[in-house]
Amino acid sequence: MGAKMFGARVPRLEDPRLLTGYGSYTDDFHLLDMLEAAFVRSPHSHAKINGIDVTAAVAHKGVVAVYTASDLPEDLRYTTVPFQVPNPAISQPFQQRLLEDREVCFSGEPIALIVADTRYNAEDAAMLVEVDYEILPGASDCKSSLDDAAPLCHADAPNNEGAKYTVGYGDLDAAFANAHLTHREEYWIHRGGGFAIENRAVVAKYEELDDVLTIWSATQSPFLVKQNIVDMLGWESDKVRVIAPDVGGGFGPKTVYYVEEALIPVIAKDLGRPVKWVEDRRENFLATNMERDQYWDMEIAVDVDGKLLGVRGSMIHDTGAYMPWGIISPYISATTFPGPYILPAYQLETRVALTNKVAVTPVRGAGRPQAVFAMERLMDRVADKLNLDRAEIRRRNLIPTEDMPYALGLIFRDGKPMTYDSGDYPKCQAEAMRLGDYDGFKIRQKAARAKGHHIGIGIANYVEGTGLGPFEGATVRIQPSGRICIYTGGGDSGQGHWTTLAQVCADKFGVGIEHIDVQKGDTGKIASGVGTFASRIAVNAGSSVHLASTEVREKAIKVAAHMLEAAEEDMDIENGRVGVKGSDLSVPLSEIARAVQGMPGFSLPGGVEPGLEATHYFSPSQSSYCNGTAVVEVEVDPETGQVEILKYSMAHDSGTLINPFVVDGQVQGAVAQGVGNSLLEWMVYDDNANPVSATFAEYLLPSAPEAPNVDVVHVESPTPINPLGVKGAGEGGTIPAAAAIIAAIEDALSPWDVEISCAPVTPSMIAEKVWAKACD
Amino acid sequence: MSDRRNISVTINGETFEREVETRLHLADFIRHECLLTGTHVGCEHGVCGACTILLNGQTARSCLMLAVQADGQEIKTVEGIAPNKEELHPLQQAFQDNHGLQCGFCTPGMLTTLLEFLEDNPDPTEREVREAISGNLCRCTGYQGIVAAALDAAKRLQAGS
Repeated sequence: MGAKMFGARVPRLEDPRLLTGYGSYTDDFHLLDMLEAAFVRSPHSHAKINGIDVTAAVAHKGVVAVYTASDLPEDLRYTTVPFQVPNPAISQPFQQRLLEDREVCFSGEPIALIVADTRYNAEDAAMLVEVDYEILPGASDCKSSLDDAAPLCHADAPNNEGAKYTVGYGDLDAAFANAHLTHREEYWIHRGGGFAIENRAVVAKYEELDDVLTIWSATQSPFLVKQNIVDMLGWESDKVRVIAPDVGGGFGPKTVYYVEEALIPVIAKDLGRPVKWVEDRRENFLATNMERDQYWDMEIAVDVDGKLLGVRGSMIHDTGAYMPWGIISPYISATTFPGPYILPAYQLETRVALTNKVAVTPVRGAGRPQAVFAMERLMDRVADKLNLDRAEIRRRNLIPTEDMPYALGLIFRDGKPMTYDSGDYPKCQAEAMRLGDYDGFKIRQKAARAKGHHIGIGIANYVEGTGLGPFEGATVRIQPSGRICIYTGGGDSGQGHWTTLAQVCADKFGVGIEHIDVQKGDTGKIASGVGTFASRIAVNAGSSVHLASTEVREKAIKVAAHMLEAAEEDMDIENGRVGVKGSDLSVPLSEIARAVQGMPGFSLPGGVEPGLEATHYFSPSQSSYCNGTAVVEVEVDPETGQVEILKYSMAHDSGTLINPFVVDGQVQGAVAQGVGNSLLEWMVYDDNANPVSATFAEYLLPSAPEAPNVDVVHVESPTPINPLGVKGAGEGGTIPAAAAIIAAIEDALSPWDVEISCAPVTPSMIAEKVWAKACD
Repeated sequence: MSDRRNISVTINGETFEREVETRLHLADFIRHECLLTGTHVGCEHGVCGACTILLNGQTARSCLMLAVQADGQEIKTVEGIAPNKEELHPLQQAFQDNHGLQCGFCTPGMLTTLLEFLEDNPDPTEREVREAISGNLCRCTGYQGIVAAALDAAKRLQAGS
């Protein structure tokens, strides 16, 4: 028996290809006769279109076709992208048209599509399209867009409110009537994006011979792309194949179905030639969905010991000009707020504001960083007012392990009552504090201050619903060569599914993971699938691989027992051979696989069905709740506002670990994204919602000198929701980052009594706050 | 006046002779004319570093150069780093062993940047490594695995030389 693979810290199978330049991303495809596309996009956040003249573009060198809305097949002219997740709370579910020719509602909205022999010629021609715009005022800030006098995001809408709903439970009047202390504060978390280094990209090829359309897309969710194409274009499901090849990062925005993913296939079919479109970075800033902008106005009530009595308030969420994923992000925000604490009463009213910006859909963390920021900042304020340590007030309110499973009293986005399945919140906090030497900090701070250094510490907790349904599936097949192949629907955008899914399978056959291939993200390889988002693949695909591998193992034993004329209960599998325990008798998996292919005219051994394979679709009964604690130590220069992260410690509980090496990487990367949200990433719009920061020189991502080393300790509380005990791990690092980092900055600046209630916070903002206090 | 030129560029030891538009940028030439798609394009404005190649041994952003500027020059791309098809270069091996990549999109630029850096500075500190790759954006790893890989590679390369 080889080393156990499940749970092992093994390097990834994906890496050699990617390290030698032999990955295949969507832009790497060069098909025969392929054309390239470029879009004409609105330069205005809001405008009426009075006319489009494509004459010069059509005549330009190399141009094969120019499409505006009126050039599309009639049934697609006014079609909008299918509405993904309806909810009765949504009153104005605006969805985007394929190409707009009446009213553009965000800067970057596509108006025309040029197809030419080269991208260069297509872009030249795009510049020649004359659009007669009548510029309209734009709704920019989401808070002011809900004012009666605000410019309308959609000119024919009654107002800018897209949805409104309230969640809550408990007796808030009693909570506030009995409070020893209350505190009310407003928070603002600013918009930011996923910004995968690979932009979006689509290649489509139509084969007239068999009437099949093949689409390669840099998507996280090839099955959602296919489903939308089928729904929108009315094509037969078995005539459409969508493949997510290597995808250069996802982080949420590539989950969603975009108009470009509909248009490129339509045009490839129309022209009878393959068509490629690769988004450039400017388009990515303009037309790839973002998230985060929210205003919270919250009031908290606590008793004399700092125990929570209740929280009430309201939140305004910016959804941009369209709502392709409805209220998913703000709904997650609303239900994430209570976190790991016993909160007896809670109520939040949410208003979703339409603004003339690109649509808002989940970005890594998906509404949770904002909620955690609001909750954790309130905890800090109350601790300070009660003169309690910030970690101690949290400890007093954490849900004890013996209360698991813990019913929260809210309904989650999966439609199920929120019940935390497992977790040891007190241990997680204690572990993060130990890792970050929280208890020794006061001495460090005193010593640093004596030398003129301003260091501070922050702590934040979170709970995250992961592993969402509906399902994911896996086929596990042993090939006649003896190699094992796993097929699954979700794409891989860096998570390492080949490695981790192989680890789930390997031990069933006593083989190393190098004997296993994983083919993912191809709708032609497995009948059904969903996608890689919501930290759901380990739970859903992992459990499916486990179930399918178990069935294949049982079948291999059954057939081998027949072949070796032995009893099934006497058989075992080691090193890819099924043998009789305590004897030399064994047969390799390759022979068993060949045996169940059958021989012409003979029955199959043991009366089994042909093929050494099985398919399972795992559907979780509810979300599995991951949790964690971040402890962050920073140094702040009060004159320049410069922040340096000195130590970042994270205790992370995502249940049972399949590969701690991979999970560490997920946590570290997610933290870096949280650092961006805390200190750097600022998507600037002018008062009319025109983007001002549309390059990486203006919108700053964390680079190596700003990103901290993250010390990670894993607490493993297996979930009973799935057979592996695993929970999602891809987003946890991002979620408490802003809350903990900004708390640490505040602590470092405590001599000036600086308060920070927004994220991100830039050096100039910090320096101004210190200066203002110093001048008081 | 023709806007096309004949150029000859040596990439990873192989000579590519092509007639190209003068405006064709070098990354597009390498990717779409020479079909060496390991070099990636992430921003086309010189910030992300994914397209970094070695031009006569020195790093250059291939999205900020024209193909015609590379006429007669020698280029090394990510495909030319490993000693042969079976073996990884010590830097590549260190990336795998330290989880220095996730999606792999920024990786070619990271590798070319670090190859040059480790030649100039064979025994760097962590801070120096972080500064060296400060012009290469990675959105997946948080850089921790990359920095660990670079420090590990420095040790391996020193032990090997």
